[in-house]
Amino acid sequence: MQEAMIKRAAQLLADGTVNRVMGWKRGEFVYDTTPAVFTTADELEKEFVCDDFTQANLSKYLVKESRKEGKILAFLKPCDTYSFNQLVKEHRIIRENVYVIGIPGGPKLDIEKIKAKGITGILSVENENYTLKIETLYGTETMPFYEAVSGKCSSCKSRKHVAYDELIGEDGEVLEPNRFDMVEKLENMTSQERYDFWRGELSKCIRCNACRNVCPACTCENCVFDNPKSGIDQKAAADSFEENMFHIIRAFHVAGRCTDCGECSRVCPQNIPLHLLNRKFIKDINELYGEYQAGADTTSKAPLNDYRADDCEPSVVHERGVE
Amino acid sequence: MLKISADRLNDLFNRIASEQTLYIPVDHEPNTAEYRKYEDGMKLSESLNTVRSAKDFFFPQTENLAEFKVEGKNIEVKDIREESGDFVVFGVRACDARSFSILDKVFLSEPVDSFYKNRRDHGTIITMACTRPAETCFCTAFGIDPTTPEGDVAVFSDGKDYFFLDCTEKGKKFIESVSDMLEDGDTSELEAVREKTRGIMKKLPLAGLKTDSFGGDKLNELFNSPKWAELSESCLGCGTCTFVCPTCQCYDIRDFNTGNGIRRFRCWDSCMYSDFTKMAHGNPRISQLERFRQRFMHKLVYFPANNDGEFGCVGCGRCLSRCPVSMNIVKVMKTLEVK
Amino acid sequence: MQVNENFEPVIVAFCCNWCSYAGADLSGTNRLNYPANVKIIRVPCSCRVNPMFILRAFQRGADGVIICGCHPGDCHYTSGNYFTRRRITLLYSMLDFLGIERSRTRLEWVSAAEGAKFAAVMEQFVSDVKKLGPNRRLEDLRCRKQ
Repeated sequence: MQEAMIKRAAQLLADGTVNRVMGWKRGEFVYDTTPAVFTTADELEKEFVCDDFTQANLSKYLVKESRKEGKILAFLKPCDTYSFNQLVKEHRIIRENVYVIGIPGGPKLDIEKIKAKGITGILSVENENYTLKIETLYGTETMPFYEAVSGKCSSCKSRKHVAYDELIGEDGEVLEPNRFDMVEKLENMTSQERYDFWRGELSKCIRCNACRNVCPACTCENCVFDNPKSGIDQKAAADSFEENMFHIIRAFHVAGRCTDCGECSRVCPQNIPLHLLNRKFIKDINELYGEYQAGADTTSKAPLNDYRADDCEPSVVHERGVE
Repeated sequence: MLKISADRLNDLFNRIASEQTLYIPVDHEPNTAEYRKYEDGMKLSESLNTVRSAKDFFFPQTENLAEFKVEGKNIEVKDIREESGDFVVFGVRACDARSFSILDKVFLSEPVDSFYKNRRDHGTIITMACTRPAETCFCTAFGIDPTTPEGDVAVFSDGKDYFFLDCTEKGKKFIESVSDMLEDGDTSELEAVREKTRGIMKKLPLAGLKTDSFGGDKLNELFNSPKWAELSESCLGCGTCTFVCPTCQCYDIRDFNTGNGIRRFRCWDSCMYSDFTKMAHGNPRISQLERFRQRFMHKLVYFPANNDGEFGCVGCGRCLSRCPVSMNIVKVMKTLEVK
Repeated sequence: MQVNENFEPVIVAFCCNWCSYAGADLSGTNRLNYPANVKIIRVPCSCRVNPMFILRAFQRGADGVIICGCHPGDCHYTSGNYFTRRRITLLYSMLDFLGIERSRTRLEWVSAAEGAKFAAVMEQFVSDVKKLGPNRRLEDLRCRKQ
């Protein structure tokens, strides 16, 4: 897989189709890959990596990259193509300046899930028939592959690429994961239980803004939370209210545009399940205004930019679930 | 050396907690330890380190500095400083212990930060020697010995017992206050454990990390290095690295209108943010490249230039495991070093 | 739940300039009573209400927030209130998801001719919020009246 990608990228660089390649760069360890731009076949050969740990969604980088001189090649997993499409739809990515090669997606591994087993001093991770063989400073450990699959991949919504110029490997199908299970579980709790759940989670927030900055739907030039004129440019939550406000508004601002790529929860240093807020909006939109998948196309109207005369009233909130 | 057996450790915790506030690292979720106020029955985490560093105890994320009441043309300023209560932080690792001496250089030099000093005066730091370093550890690059941590009291474990060594006056007083619970112990097995840890430290993937290429005298060549562009390319501009870092100490001061008066507070700030050091004319660091460079130049060049060559990093490895895009100080050092 | 009879909630009502604000006016000229707890903020259209306005009302001491606009189909700007309806439905649903009591938020369509409805809606809303007691789950402790 990786070899085929490097070979194809080198070809496209050589024939002048593109002048840069967006991919992932090998790190110090087996798992710490970094999104990077490559300009020569030599760099690709030495540092390009695409393996079980290349989780990062590259789409958002293309907002900036597609505005530079020349054309850039980007390797996108199926989930990344949804974000890509959404950004094209919002005129944030200049489509002509990107050459997209669709690559098969995960399931990708989350090193935190391996470390959560108490495995430390990790030197290498090999996948042998869906058993991970992990060499560490303290000996060899094994664990089932599926226990280390990242949260965003374990509820994968689609293996189908929605935007590409060419594909490496086979295209897949749209899946029907039970991705709303946890949202439903919360909806069926009492209001006090839900409040306690979210207070416990959101009080861990350190306001590092990683969820916002990694989000492919958050591409405002100047975020309301950074704008001194907004009156809410707080840098740290000085009160529980501010924790709530930041997360409600963050999720609200991407409602109807969030493709459910799962990056927000992946990057949270405090492991707050932030994707649940986004999924709540997606679930509500699907139920109240009809099925909608952001990023699936570049022409449909976003649910919050649209309306119907017979839409339900907000009192619908009182009719569902538990108080 | 004085010791207590592992099964009596919680008795000791109960005793300390009966006299002052005690904080210990506990497993909140697997692999995410954090400091919590000790309550009876809490179990000391076996994780190597906490997600957030121990700097929070002395330099919290937000704290109130003063209050104002405005009536007509009169402003009444209320000093809300209070003497901190005594507290103990147990289980601090060698890297975090060193971070306090770095923070001291910033906050305790003139003009002294009275909020920080107040907590430093009342806090006792009990450190714990490492036995299972992780692949992300590189404290030895900054001259830290994880088997001999600093702090007020250093604690060593051989698996069966915990041994206590006082390192400061405050630490001596602390041990005296609980000495009736401690007994003399045989440290022969302890030495073997420490030797083994030292052996592991030498085998760590980052054991060979060199700091020769950095320091106050390398300012111009490092500042002007063309490599910053490539290094900063992937940076998201979030504040994760700065907020989990035990030595990052930048803050912002703000006023909040509560409707009943004004509350002036300070909160952590991050040089990675677009509005950091924003002034009337705008931001002097206009792109992520300058902001990214600032963070690493501060730790590797500006800080040593002002503090007798001491680096502003302790090699705890938090930024290595928490950065969303895995761009960190080790990658920066390896890219910029003169081979 | 125990109800504190002396509790007087603070209610913020965002009223659209063209219908509901005029409706409030009408209820006044008709000498209808509505509770003094209601603080009206006039907005050009219910669609002007940013979710942040609602949150900040709660931060600053509101115990309930109600949005009033023209009936669907009657918007002065043709379609503003249709957008309001979707947006506010999602926001209220999210607040409910986070465990904020759902009866603290409300949306009602009140036309310029419905002075009586305005008074009745406010009467009802104030009594609902009164039952809930003071807003504790979405308040900013720093702003609590001392």
